[in-house]
Amino acid sequence: MANRTELRFLLNGKDITLDAVSATDTLLDFLRIERRLTGTKEGCAEGDCGACTVLVGRLRDGTLTYEPVNACIRLLASLDGCHVVTIEYLSGPDGRLHPVQQAMVEHHGSQCGFCTPGFVMSLYALWMENPAPDATDIETAIQGNLCRCTGYEPIIKAALAATTMGSPAQDALNTERQAVSARLGALSDGARVELSKGNSRAILPASVDDLAQALQDYPQATLVAGATDVGLWVTKFLRDISPVIFLGHLDGLRRIEVTDSAIEFGAGVSYTGSRAVLAQHFSHLGEYWDRIAGWQIRAMGTIGGNVANGSPIGDTPPVLISLGAQIVLRKGTTQRSMPVEDFFIDYGKQDLAAGEFLESLRIPLPASDMRYAAYKISKRRDEDISSVAAGFALRINDGRITEARIAFGGMAATPKRATTAEAALVGQAWTEETLRDAADHLAQDFTPLTDWRASSDYRMRVARNLFRRFWLEAQDNATPVRLSA
Amino acid sequence: MTDKTVEAPLATDMRKDPPVAQELMRADQNRNVIKGSVHSDLRHDSAIKHVTGRAEYCDDIPEPAGTLHAYLGLSTRAHAKIDKIDLSAVKAAPGVIGVLTASDIPGVNDVSPTGRHDEPIFAEQKVEFWGQPVFAVVAETRDAARRAARLAQITYRDLPHALDPVAAREAGMGYVTPPLTLKRGDALAAMDKAPHRIKGQMVVGGQDHMYLEGHIAFAIPGEDEDVAVHSSTQHPTEAQHMVAHVLGVPSNAVTVNVRRMGGGFGGKETQMNLFCAVAAVAAKKWHRPVKIRPDRDDDMSATGKRHDFVIDYEVGFDDDGRILAVSGDFAARCGFSSDLSGPVTDRALFHADNAYFYPDVVLNSHPMKTNTVSNTAFRGFGGPQGVIAAERIIEEIAYHRGLDSLEIRKRNFYGDRGRDVTPYHQTVEDNIAPRIIAELEQSADYQARRQAVLDWNAQGGIIRRGIALTPVKFGISFTATWYNQAGALVHIYSDGSIHLNHGGTEMGQGLNTKVAQVVADELQVDIDKIKITRTTTEKVPNTSATAASSGSDLNGMAAQDAARQIKERLNGFAAERWQTTPEDVRFVANAIEIGTTRISFADLIREAYMARIHLSAAGFYKTPKIHWDRATGKGRPFYYYAYGAACSEVSVDTLTGEYRVERTDILHDVGKSLNPIIDKGQVEGAFVQGMGWLTTEELWWDDKGQLRTHAPSTYKIPLASDRPRVFNVKLAGWSENREKTIKRSKAVGEPPFMLGISVFEALSHAVASTVNYRECPRLDAPATPERVLLAIERLQGAG
Repeated sequence: MANRTELRFLLNGKDITLDAVSATDTLLDFLRIERRLTGTKEGCAEGDCGACTVLVGRLRDGTLTYEPVNACIRLLASLDGCHVVTIEYLSGPDGRLHPVQQAMVEHHGSQCGFCTPGFVMSLYALWMENPAPDATDIETAIQGNLCRCTGYEPIIKAALAATTMGSPAQDALNTERQAVSARLGALSDGARVELSKGNSRAILPASVDDLAQALQDYPQATLVAGATDVGLWVTKFLRDISPVIFLGHLDGLRRIEVTDSAIEFGAGVSYTGSRAVLAQHFSHLGEYWDRIAGWQIRAMGTIGGNVANGSPIGDTPPVLISLGAQIVLRKGTTQRSMPVEDFFIDYGKQDLAAGEFLESLRIPLPASDMRYAAYKISKRRDEDISSVAAGFALRINDGRITEARIAFGGMAATPKRATTAEAALVGQAWTEETLRDAADHLAQDFTPLTDWRASSDYRMRVARNLFRRFWLEAQDNATPVRLSA
Repeated sequence: MTDKTVEAPLATDMRKDPPVAQELMRADQNRNVIKGSVHSDLRHDSAIKHVTGRAEYCDDIPEPAGTLHAYLGLSTRAHAKIDKIDLSAVKAAPGVIGVLTASDIPGVNDVSPTGRHDEPIFAEQKVEFWGQPVFAVVAETRDAARRAARLAQITYRDLPHALDPVAAREAGMGYVTPPLTLKRGDALAAMDKAPHRIKGQMVVGGQDHMYLEGHIAFAIPGEDEDVAVHSSTQHPTEAQHMVAHVLGVPSNAVTVNVRRMGGGFGGKETQMNLFCAVAAVAAKKWHRPVKIRPDRDDDMSATGKRHDFVIDYEVGFDDDGRILAVSGDFAARCGFSSDLSGPVTDRALFHADNAYFYPDVVLNSHPMKTNTVSNTAFRGFGGPQGVIAAERIIEEIAYHRGLDSLEIRKRNFYGDRGRDVTPYHQTVEDNIAPRIIAELEQSADYQARRQAVLDWNAQGGIIRRGIALTPVKFGISFTATWYNQAGALVHIYSDGSIHLNHGGTEMGQGLNTKVAQVVADELQVDIDKIKITRTTTEKVPNTSATAASSGSDLNGMAAQDAARQIKERLNGFAAERWQTTPEDVRFVANAIEIGTTRISFADLIREAYMARIHLSAAGFYKTPKIHWDRATGKGRPFYYYAYGAACSEVSVDTLTGEYRVERTDILHDVGKSLNPIIDKGQVEGAFVQGMGWLTTEELWWDDKGQLRTHAPSTYKIPLASDRPRVFNVKLAGWSENREKTIKRSKAVGEPPFMLGISVFEALSHAVASTVNYRECPRLDAPATPERVLLAIERLQGAG
């Protein structure tokens, strides 16, 4: 099939076709500058404040799903086949306030009003997904939205009140669902999309096989899944990342399969998309997953991207390493796999050849004799990058530790196993002393850096204390041993 | 910029049934109470526009054809001589129209707000902080300007730099502005005689404003020397004067307009002058509209923040914990220029007593010059840094005496004659702190909960708890006495609709709503007959910044004055027209009554117009009673005080330093509130912002002097999940301002910010529990999880 050279999507129910699109055009600039839809605001241009929140709907294996995203770092080219919904669409054709908007007005949820459209969009997404949220659900839904005026209390009250102010079933996005699905389906022609503007090129492969081919065609291309990191290269560092190959639209990379022995994820599975299956099999991961960024980023960002990106402070690699996860890399039709930890060679350097991409991840199912934990320490509890992240997995048989997989983020130039500490555990009795002794070995494994997130001293002290926490959590305690959500 | 400001509450269908018509219909029904009077809960007048995205901010104004975009080129050295500025690559970049450097300034290259001439728009011979503007580039698009700005080749010769107040003192950097001493009695002699004395040091971090809408200015050139600037500034008059000064034209050539800000918090009081000036210079130079909007990183790098302080304190006290003498030295990181550091560091001293009487006292400010961005106004304006020092002193005494800090507080409150004079010799006449504290102690169930906290901690677990109840007393008035004036302009059109302008700016605090309520009340008309449009220097001249919590106090009074003038004319007219005396004319809801005759307001206005009555008035107000002699450190700088108190309980993980605020109870004094629901919103928001200042908001410079926490990815303000798990906020409904303020209300913007200190002290309490409250933990701020853990381990190591 011939390549398509136009970008096609729906914006607030209207068909949009663009023939000149660069790899770095953002959705926010398109909305504000090209379409003068100025209700969507720029607060930070790095996906951290949520003032630019819009909904993006996409057919996933035939089902239309809307998710909140940060328009500031959402690259326009990635929207092929999507329905973009902005604050301007919310009031409906008759101009009536949406229940979420009405509740925000009645509960005084806005002061300066600049963050408000973004909050309304996040709460709208929540209202559709969870018609009866509690305060914790609401807090989790607005982790990616900053308000500097209200102190949030009236916003929470508004979100609670909105649940009684109208039915999601009556909402435009639901009543129009079939029609929009049909229109989006009609946009999908199964062709590779190759967009350009000037010298900038953006490629949306037609399938995973086509992706493998596209990478052979453009071996130096920047691979972009959720753009939650690459988006910042564009908006903050003005980097020319062309040519870009986008992955986020590929259903073939979004599959989740649970076999007898493992959970297998396509590399394009988002944080949101992976949460349910992970929390189901690993009870310690639900809370951890909810502390990765905010909803918008969790909806956009992918586990594959979090690994492939190679950051020493990504949230998922320490956990994946502790779980013994493997990744599958693919180049053309050739695949190879390796443990996650082996992928990270040095700061900014991964075991990835030109033309190769991360195709899937495989996490062994939990074993009954394993104890697991995942900890994230950050300056602010939610929507912060970790100072220290840790994944623990210890196999304990007959009071002895027979296997130990402990990995840290934020402690070295890469996500890394605490090999000396692990060695100090294996073969030892499962006691507090053993863990204390192992923690004492951390200084041989790590020499953490001091930066704005934490000092070297703090990182090391916390890392050691997490061994104690791990022990304490396995005991019967009269009082809790950690603060939970 | 002219869209409708007043909308009816609860109007849902805006197309078929416009709210104004709907409300006017209702108003026609014989009601005897107007809608939206003072002392009533009324929602923010832009609420519907906020939630629909139709509220217009500066960057949303449609750009005329030919609009250009400017972008700043910032220094990448903390302190260096500039050898060469090579902008050839910048000029050659695609879309670039030209560049501006110091030599392109037609007037004066300075935006110092206090006339000290120490703040160039563009650095010339040297740069004095990382992020200082060196040039601007103007291009066809913002993207082109941003890209071009990065192409500059600037050759620097490094000079030694000092980043913090201590390093600055060691390097002999000197002061950016004259220091202040407040003194009463003989503190040193009293200290010598005191049974106990404690000396300590506290480091208190700064704070970025993190308004959601960043800096922005949009200049449109006019004929002759004229230029109009749309901006997001708290101080349109100063921006006007600065633009005139920089262009070398009289102020009457410059108009500055502000519809609304997406947050200000003090960060847009003086800091917008730079952006207004650059946009205006470029607009005049190329005779095209020019907009400038820095990205968040540049906004946070190039504009000032809350001053951080290093405070050295000493207190002398007796066995009961009664303070006998206090001395304090307040060294502030002011940055490279004075900006507002003089009044900010002054205000730190004005509040270093908080609610406590110091029998003998000496307080010195040290406004240190540093090679950092020039720090500026931020909600509280130095006051919070003074208050927290007072609370640290209380805490020190409490741990020393083994008593509850609340007990020490009560023993040291201002009191009757002999215990009612501040370090600046103002008598505290309106002290309601004891009553506020007593009521909160009851309603928060403080004593029982404190005991429960102690019992919990006695179990020795990993999770410790802490609780603290802290007060605030905050002086209201600009300490620059001449700032305490305001103007307003009221027009009544012949159809009875009212147009209101005042000198204040709307940044989310609901000022326009409150001022409209005042006018509605005065004229006895429904509030939706009153429209407030953008603040503009064309309507009300020589205004003060919307700052110091003074917006409603000053502008409400000025608007009331304007409304009264018209009302008096209407009154006289009605008396003549209906042949009675002015005393017999009563203004009732949307009408006047003369005996049994009732004339609707609209009919009255129509008749008044036909009778050639002047239906427009300019109002004015100046705050009475205040005076201040800085040289002697004596006077009455404050018209009155606002009070409040908060009780916070926290849990702390002693393995990691992580924490959570379990519950906060607040009782706050806003006098007789003009709008209780809006005031409550201010109290809640200020508390959370104050808590952020003292917990997760950390400014971090590297050793080269670059601020590395310059965006929300690295600078962490509170999220919804950080707010207290239980949050009870009440206004002290019984309070009435004893001074004749607008409707006996009190200012609200800043005072509740300091209620966040209760969280900080509760954290300290939990930390102290790990060593059985043996010593004061002396936490520095912000108490990040790291500082909390290190304090715990330091205390335990010392034991």
